[in-house]
Order: sequence, then C-alpha cells, then structure tokens
Amino acid sequence: MSLDGKAYIVGAYEHPTRKADDLTVARLHADVAKGALEDAGLTKDDIDGYFCAGDAPGLGATSMVEYMGLKVRHVDSTESGGSAPILHVAHAAEAIAAGRCNIALVTLAGRPRAAGAILRLQPPNPDAPDVAFEGPFGPTTQNMYAMVARRHMHEFGTTSEQLAWIKVAASHHAQHNPNAMLPKVVTVEDVLNSPMVADPLHRLDCCVMSDGGGALIVARPEIARALKRPLVKVRAAAEAQKDSRGGRVDLTYSAAAFSGPEAFAAAGLTPADIKYASLYDSFTITVLMQLEDLGFCRKGEGGRFVADGNLISGVGRMPFNTDGGGLCNNHPANRGGMTKVIEAVRQLRGEAHPAVQVANCDIALANGIGGSLASRHTAGTLILERE
Amino acid sequence: MTTERKIPAPLTLPDTQPYWDAANEGRLMIKRCDDCGEPHHYPRDVCPFCMSTRTGWLACSGKGTVYSYSTMRRGDVAYTLAFVTLEEGPTMMTNLVDCDPATLSVGQAVRAVFKAADNGQAVPMFTPAS
Repeated sequence: MSLDGKAYIVGAYEHPTRKADDLTVARLHADVAKGALEDAGLTKDDIDGYFCAGDAPGLGATSMVEYMGLKVRHVDSTESGGSAPILHVAHAAEAIAAGRCNIALVTLAGRPRAAGAILRLQPPNPDAPDVAFEGPFGPTTQNMYAMVARRHMHEFGTTSEQLAWIKVAASHHAQHNPNAMLPKVVTVEDVLNSPMVADPLHRLDCCVMSDGGGALIVARPEIARALKRPLVKVRAAAEAQKDSRGGRVDLTYSAAAFSGPEAFAAAGLTPADIKYASLYDSFTITVLMQLEDLGFCRKGEGGRFVADGNLISGVGRMPFNTDGGGLCNNHPANRGGMTKVIEAVRQLRGEAHPAVQVANCDIALANGIGGSLASRHTAGTLILERE
Repeated sequence: MTTERKIPAPLTLPDTQPYWDAANEGRLMIKRCDDCGEPHHYPRDVCPFCMSTRTGWLACSGKGTVYSYSTMRRGDVAYTLAFVTLEEGPTMMTNLVDCDPATLSVGQAVRAVFKAADNGQAVPMFTPAS
C-alpha cells in the first residue's frame, strides 16, 4: 500500500557487538531500543507501539514489553524470519496511519554466535506438515540456497566468478566499517579459493554469523518534524510469500518478484529512481535474485549486472549494503532485515561512512527475504525517501 | 563415499502414514486431487490448488529428472540434497545417493531407491537411472 507521508523513521541504532558472551538476548533487545530512542531524541515513555519477531525471547512482544517496562497500546509479533523488521516498519506505518499508535519501536537482537547455535532451517516441530518430507534429506540454509544458485547457473549461465563479485563489493564497503566482522577487502579469486561449503557456494559466498541487533523508531509526521533528525519518510512497502507451490518448484525467482513491483507501483517509482539499495545478503545468490526480481536488471542478467564492481559505492551504478552487509559486517540473530533498514536510513540521512556515502541519496530501498529462498519465504520491500 | 550418512527419521503424521507404509514396501506415492486432478507434493489432505478435501494416493513410476542439487561438505559425511521432478509432475526434495557427486548434472535422469532412516523407516531417494 502507499504509505507516503504517513510515517517516518526517526530513530535507528545498530548494536556494535558481534559476539555477546555476557549479554542476554533480552538485554540486547533493550540495549538497541535505548540506542534508537537516544538517536531519535525520545524516551521510553514516548513509545506506544512495539514490534518484534521470533528472535525476541518469550511470548513475542508480550514478554519484551514487560522486560523493557513499556506501556503500549499496539503490539505486532509478525514473524517472517529475516525479513520481519522490514514488514514491521511497514506495519508500524500502517498502524500509525490507522491511529493505533504514534511512536512505534521495532527491535531485533540475538546471540547465536555466543550460544554456538547451528543454523537449521527446520526446527523439528512435528506438526509442521513439511518437516517429514524434508528433514531426512538434511536441508540447511547453505545447501538450500546453493540449489538456487545451481539452477540459476543452469538456466542463465551465471558463474561463480559473477557471484563472487557480490562478496567483493561488500568487502570494499566493509573496510570502512570499524565494527565489521570481515573488514578485509577480498578478490574474486579469494572467494573462489575459499572452501566449498555447499556447491556451488563457497565459504565466502555465505554471510557471517554474528551476535548483536538493531532497533528502529517509526513515528507520525508531526512528531518526526518536531525532532532534530533528518526526515526519512516511509514512502511505500509491500510483502509477498513464495513457496514450493504444491511441488511446482521454480527456483528462478523469489517472492521479491511480487513485493518489488507492488512497492514500486505504490510509490510511483521505478528501480531507476533508487540511489541506494540494502539487499538481504544471506548469500551472494540472495542478492543476485533480489536485483533481478526487484527489476534492477532483467531476469537472468544478474550475473553480468553485479560483475566488475557495479555494486561498489562510488564505482558502480547500483551501490548496495554500504555497511558491508551480512556478507562482511554482521548478521545478528541470523536475521538480516534490521541492519538493511538501518543502513538505508544512514544513507538517506547522509550519515553513512564518507567513503561509501552515496551522493544526493534521496530515495533508497531495503529488501529482505525471510525463510528459505529455495522453499517457503516471505519478502518485504520498503522504499524510503529523504524529505 | 566410504561412510554412510545417518538419515534422520522422518517426523511422520497420521495423515501421511500410507506414504510411509508404501515407502517401506519400496513404492513411491504422491497425492492427487480427485476434483481438480492436479498432483501435488508434499502430500496433504487438502488440495493446495483447489482446497478440495477429496485427495487420493497416486503410485509413481519412480522416474524423475534432477531439477537442482548441492553437495554439502561441511559435516562429517558429504551428502547431496536435491530437488527431483517426478515423471508425474511434482518436484520433491530428496537426496541423490549411490553416485559420485562430481558426475551429477541438472536434467539428469534418476530413479527412486529407498534408504532406511535411523528408525528403520524407508525414505525415498534417487540415484542416476543408468
């Protein structure tokens, strides 16, 4: 839906930690909430709406509202995996437009690295109808996304070298981020020479595993204008789901093929209007799929589009993930959506690192894919504008 | 591969017990809607295409082609996850077994074989047809 002018992102904060040995998950949520409130120039008592997903411990929003001592009149625990914070921003804007809250807090946090958690797609919930028909075969995040990459290579001639350029671009950005887990610039050869994890994906095709989190504050226009921060307007948003469709498996596109066009139509914009894009980079192939599905290039041409540094800020046509993204910076709670929105806000405010700041960045996009690209997932597309 | 991968037992539910019973007899079955005629997988009581509750079991030939695959090398034993498109239409998640992963390709013809999970339940997997 068009949300143009209904709500603004007035606060954003990313936790600097990448390994939270001594911080609980609840504490991380509170820390990022505090950081975003300070960024906005607001206090806890200003919050009357709260949004979180499955990374929040306990009974969704209910438990975290208690822990943080919030008093809210609107809660939303929409769970769509890594894309959830993008949906939350859209839902917060809708709730504000509907008069259900004035200032909404969105938090995401986790400590899978400190906890030594193993990435698993399917928690063994015996009531999930798909589990019996997938669990025996050992699907993981890595080999599921690898099957998408394999099919893309088969259909369109995409190469490992082309995918590697996505990591190379992220690393060029990460070198300027003092908090990045992998700040070293890498080459295409470095990616190709890294160990094969799940072919055709190498270790450096995969995102990092990190602890940490982030928070956003979304507020109604009058409030946003009264605060001191640059105005970042929620211009449009859309969400869509895609899955194995009863066995009609097609790995050549993602749910972003639906959410992207809907968001652009609601905004009255085209991909050519986007100056900066935050794209969920769980793997290099995830970025390539989103670039195609959102319309930054035609289906099948993603490999050529990303090659030769086209995603590097100041070098290519489509600067992406200027914080280093999940591929190099962080991937808190195994969910990339929050940091995608935060870096888009930084770019629109002109507060990205000067080495990666996009000139005249007035319109930015954040897109997330939550769940598995190779089976059931939910995409969220958010278009933000500096006013 | 010299070491066999331990296959986790499927967490079966009562509505699909005939699928698992057939697998134990070396037969692959999928579901088809008696109303709209569309086959689907994973099997459901409710047709995902028309929401009819009149779905029945369809015996498959066990023949299929590789839609995509990936060999996982991170654990103790390498194994190959795959999507295989059945002759009857639907594409199913499975493993490609009893083969050298380096020789596999998308579009390759495969046939069903059944491997015992760690609780003894047979699970349908695929191997190159020739």
